[in-house]
Amino acid sequence: MTDTSSTRAIATRSTGSARAWAPTVGFIARRIGGLAATMLLASFVVFGALYIAPGSPISFLTQGRSVTPEAIAQLEAQYHLDEPFFAQYFRWLGGVLTGDFGHSIIFNDSVSSLLGQRVGNTALLLLVATVLVLALGLAVGLFAGLKPGVLSESVIALATAIMAVPGFVAAVVFMLVFSVQLGWFPSFGAGAAGWDAIYHMLLPAAALSVASIAFVARLTQNAIRSELKSDHVQTAVSRGLPYRFIVRRHVVRNAAMPVLTVAGLTIAGLIAGSVVIEQIFQLGGLGQFLVDSVQKKDFPVVQAICLIYVAAFIVLNTLIDLAYALLDPRISLGKKAS
Amino acid sequence: MTTALAPKRGGAKPRRTAAFRAPLTGIGLSGQVAFWALVAIALLALLGPLFVQTDPNAVDLDYAYAPMSPWFPLGADASGRDILTRLIVGSRTALLGPLLVVTIATVLGTLIGLAAVWFGGWVDAVAVRVIDAIFAFPGILLAILATALFGSGLPAAVIALSIAYMPYIARVVRSAALRERNLPYISALRVQGRGGFAISARHILPNVSGLIVANATLCFGWALIDLAALSFIGFGVQPPTADWGAMVGSGMAGILQQAPNEALAASALIVITVAAVNTLGDRLVQRSENRA
Repeated sequence: MTDTSSTRAIATRSTGSARAWAPTVGFIARRIGGLAATMLLASFVVFGALYIAPGSPISFLTQGRSVTPEAIAQLEAQYHLDEPFFAQYFRWLGGVLTGDFGHSIIFNDSVSSLLGQRVGNTALLLLVATVLVLALGLAVGLFAGLKPGVLSESVIALATAIMAVPGFVAAVVFMLVFSVQLGWFPSFGAGAAGWDAIYHMLLPAAALSVASIAFVARLTQNAIRSELKSDHVQTAVSRGLPYRFIVRRHVVRNAAMPVLTVAGLTIAGLIAGSVVIEQIFQLGGLGQFLVDSVQKKDFPVVQAICLIYVAAFIVLNTLIDLAYALLDPRISLGKKAS
Repeated sequence: MTTALAPKRGGAKPRRTAAFRAPLTGIGLSGQVAFWALVAIALLALLGPLFVQTDPNAVDLDYAYAPMSPWFPLGADASGRDILTRLIVGSRTALLGPLLVVTIATVLGTLIGLAAVWFGGWVDAVAVRVIDAIFAFPGILLAILATALFGSGLPAAVIALSIAYMPYIARVVRSAALRERNLPYISALRVQGRGGFAISARHILPNVSGLIVANATLCFGWALIDLAALSFIGFGVQPPTADWGAMVGSGMAGILQQAPNEALAASALIVITVAAVNTLGDRLVQRSENRA
């Protein structure tokens, strides 16, 4: 079964017929199906959480605040609490899919417009952190991998130590050194739009990504080292090819795929860490809003932000997975990886 | 476990003893250093609070942000409480939470992983789907959701993180047990008429236990970071209870007042512990992969 399908895959690929794309399409469809199933389960958990909470849903939503009967009626209408559980769920899910996350209890505004004002700051933080991880992590790893010696050994040892530094610890230390003592960066706030915003994001993004930078550096160094030792590189060296050419064509190209994949997954992991960092630096993004809303017990907002984070996390993971499988020609689709 | 009393032949004896007789072989110098560092930290948490003379929660505003002195070896915090005392007492809170998380996650994950392998079929399919679904929730996000539901504090956070870390162990156990299950000695046991539970518990489990311990160690480090982060933003350990993560959080005010001792000392303990745990865990994973 496996044998025949793989030979067929090879045959169709080499002939270049229209059927060559069939396994690819099937593969993408399966992954997207898995993504949809996981998202459905996640949304079910986020919605069902309202019913796991102690007390009745309405008393949990209002949390003993004195609310007007109209507000209670609005909540009941919003959550359709008089309907059966699954009818409520699918109503809620339908709203979410059309961008309607309900109404905030504290702000008396629609959740989606509240989130819309804040999502930019979170995206910028994650973007700057991504750039830092890729630029610094890959550069340091490349250097340590290609230039063995005392310096690169100590850089990797340092990276191993830095991997144990949680984001909030890095944030505290960076804030102490770079903004309180040296005064190079602002301690709090997101700044005005444009370059000022990026400037305000540098310190938070560095704190968020420092452990990931160290991780990616170590990973890259490892991959480069093992490529350098591999047979095809040794062959290329013995053929007398120029060193720079070997590094570019044989070492970096082969090391790139696995490194970029794991780096991508690491960056997806930054999404959860950004909540704490935003809270520390008061960046006014979704993460800080999540913490505020948990403190103020504004449950519709908590639900919406949790769902958005989980969705972003799953979608990123799936995209990286797809990219890895589609871009690496050595991986044949439509069957199990051997 | 009633059959455990039956005399065993040498051949059927699990290989478990090798991993437990010499827990410190094959993990290298860095692994040994990490191990003894963790022993020291564990002793600090177990015995340290017994020797503490000062009350960790005694507020005295006259000594707010007191500098280092013989009376305050590491200075005092914003409420004039002795930082060293709170670090020592807080080590129990800081380590107990992750310990609970790892214990619950490991027990549940191992059960699910073994059951998925032994029953196979739809049990395995359901287990894999559940594992994937829980993986979609970053641990700290699930914990924040849990504290939103059940209120801030250690219990909600610990339960949420246990659930979040469970699939990690379950996945490791499942893939290791799958390998193990296809080995001839399992078929031999089945031919002899041993039941699925006995084989899973007494033969497969001991043989994958090295890998379980290694991955549980790594989980301890992540759980410590997550719980400390939760206490830092105020959702975990509640004041006035001393805790490393909470102390970094309360020390934030001191940072802006040029009195960073509390935050830095607590941060240092967190980083040292996590670094030791990560090193030991990496080494243990390497060792069990080499032996497999």
